[in-house]
Amino acid sequence: MTATWIAVLATAAGCYGLKLAGLTVPQRVLASPRVRRFAELVPVALLAALSAVQSATSGHGFDLDPARLAGLGSALVALVLRAPFLVVIVAAAGTAAALRAAGVS
Amino acid sequence: MSAQAAVQAAARQVRPVRDGVGLGLAVGVSGIAFGAAAVGSGLSTWQACALSLLAFTGASQFALAGVIATGGGLVAGTAGAVLLGSRNTLYGLRLAEILRPRGPGRLLAAVGVIDETTAVTLAQPDPDSARRGFTATFATLYLTWNLATLAGALGAGRLGSPQAFGLDVVGPAAFLALIYPRLRAGRTERLVALGGAAIALGTTTVLPVGVPVILAATAALVGALASPTAQQRSAV
Repeated sequence: MTATWIAVLATAAGCYGLKLAGLTVPQRVLASPRVRRFAELVPVALLAALSAVQSATSGHGFDLDPARLAGLGSALVALVLRAPFLVVIVAAAGTAAALRAAGVS
Repeated sequence: MSAQAAVQAAARQVRPVRDGVGLGLAVGVSGIAFGAAAVGSGLSTWQACALSLLAFTGASQFALAGVIATGGGLVAGTAGAVLLGSRNTLYGLRLAEILRPRGPGRLLAAVGVIDETTAVTLAQPDPDSARRGFTATFATLYLTWNLATLAGALGAGRLGSPQAFGLDVVGPAAFLALIYPRLRAGRTERLVALGGAAIALGTTTVLPVGVPVILAATAALVGALASPTAQQRSAV
C-alpha cells in the first residue's frame, strides 16, 4: 500500500471517527462556553489559513501567481454579491483560466 | 382536520425534503471540482473516490489534496485534514439531541454529519421534519457528491492541465466561500481568520508543509479566550 493510500484511509477514518464522536459523546463536554467558542472558531482559522497558503505559496516559498490571485479576487467579488457557492467557484476558476488563456501566467 | 391544517401539515412534510434535495444537488455537483482537483493534485481516481465515499466532508478532502499538490508531508496533511473535520463533531452534538439515532442507525447517520445536513436539520420546526430534512439532504448530497467526484476525476485527465482550467483556484475559493458567512457574522471571526492566515503564511518558509495550517488553530484559541462568551454577553 502506498503512503498516499495510507493518508487517504487515515483521513477517512479520522473524519468518520470525529463525526461519530459527536453523535456519541455526552452533552456535558461542551458545557464550557469557552470550549464551545474555540470549537466554533477553529474552522474559521484553519480555512482562512488554507485559503491563504494555497493562494500565495508553493511548497516552502511564496508564489504569487497573478492568474490565481485574480481568480481568488473574483471569488471574493462573487461572495460580496451573495452569489451561490457554485457561482463563486466558477467565477474563480473561470477568471484564472481566462487570464492564462490570454497569456497571463 | 381543517383544509388549512391539512395544507400546513403537507407543507411540513414536503418542505424539509425539497430544501434538502435542492441543497444536496447544488452542493453535490461541486464534487466535480473535488474530483478534478484531487486528480490534478496527484491522487488516483480511486483515491479521490475513496475520500468522497468514506471521509465525505469537502473541506478535509480539499485540504488533503491541497497538501499533496504542494508536495507536503502526508502525516501533517492527514492531521490537518482530520482537524478540519473536527467541526463535524460539534454538529454531531447538536444533531444527536434532535435526531436521537440509535444502534446501527447511528453508525450510518454519522457519515452524514456535515455542514449542509446540519443547516437543513436545524432549520426545521419539529423533530419529524428535522429527521426528514437530514435524510433528504444526506441521501441527495452523498449520491451527487460521489458521482460528481468520479466524473470530475475521470474528466480531468482528458481536459489537460488543471491549471489551464483554473482548478488550482477552486480549493482556496471554496474555503473562502465556506467561511464567508461566518466572517460576516462577527468581528472576532474576521480577526481569527486574518490571524490564522497570517500565522500560516508567516511560518510557511520554516515549517513542514501542512503544519502552518494546523498552527493557525492558535488564532482560534486566542479568539475564544479574548472574546466574551454568549453568557457574558447576555449578562451585560
